[in-house]
Amino acid sequence: MIAAVQVTPAWYLILASVLFAIGTFGLLVRRNPLVMFMCVELMLNAVTLTFVTFSRMLRDTGGQSTVVFVLVVAAAEVVVGLAIIVALLRKRPHATADDAALLEG
Amino acid sequence: MVELVVFVVAGAACLAGALGVITSENPVHAALSLVGTLFGIAVLFVAQEANFLAAVQVIVYAGAIVVLFLFVIMLLGVDRSDDLRVEPLVGQRVAAAVVSLGVLALIVGALASTGYEVTGVVGQVDEDVPDIERLGRSLFTDYLFAFEITSVLLVIAVVGAVLLARRARQPEIVEPDEAERSAELAERMAAAAARAAGGDGHGAAAGAERVPAGQAAGRGGEAAGGRPAAEEPSS
Repeated sequence: MIAAVQVTPAWYLILASVLFAIGTFGLLVRRNPLVMFMCVELMLNAVTLTFVTFSRMLRDTGGQSTVVFVLVVAAAEVVVGLAIIVALLRKRPHATADDAALLEG
Repeated sequence: MVELVVFVVAGAACLAGALGVITSENPVHAALSLVGTLFGIAVLFVAQEANFLAAVQVIVYAGAIVVLFLFVIMLLGVDRSDDLRVEPLVGQRVAAAVVSLGVLALIVGALASTGYEVTGVVGQVDEDVPDIERLGRSLFTDYLFAFEITSVLLVIAVVGAVLLARRARQPEIVEPDEAERSAELAERMAAAAARAAGGDGHGAAAGAERVPAGQAAGRGGEAAGGRPAAEEPSS
């Protein structure tokens, strides 16, 4: 019976949407800026999984190319975001996301 | 059958890692849970014939980005656990749950409304060509301009990171031969102290050398000749 079950692309899409929702929840709930950032990574990964799935469904390489760009943008985003977090946490260790206004000016 | 097992195992790793990220009190544990999710997604990439992207996922995400996170956590020493039992804003979690479940319902609803099928032109992929070659052709022909622009993006990100994470410098002026000069000064002071302790008649000359480090650089010659007795200890 189990052998008859086929993994359809829909499964991947639903898994990706669940991951995206978990990332959204974490981003909204957590207050540590580093963990919030990890949740953004989670959401980005869910989207890349969707892109790869669509690339397979449409039999087109464009989706995979887009994933490469998403990776590059994620790397750039992590670099700049962590620099901002370093600047923030250096001013006040254990700062939460509410303290981002400290960097003003 | 194989794909089912792979999907279930990798999907479970993804979901467990994702739940670990949002429920870990310690940021280090959250980062390690993130690695689990990233590996699970890499496995799912392999299951969908995106081998190159799976390798890149492991190298770039698990190898570079998570390590960067861990560097920041460890270097700044912010690996203090958050207390997740208290809810800082009343109703925040309920609202967040509503929003994220709404997002989930929206996405799944949109998928279900299409019957989980894609519309549009189905591309022609040559199955004999490996995926890395197809990806390379696609990147360097159709997406060449975007590919070039990403290099500019990376340069801007690096410059921005250096600018943001740099400490604000105190205006300190370091003389070029400062180290050499202070070493020489220390040597002379040691010699002077030895002579002073000996209680011989050259105390005045020795005292002249005993000048604070800041002044010595500027007026070493003057102090030696000019004011020997002023700083002379009673010897």
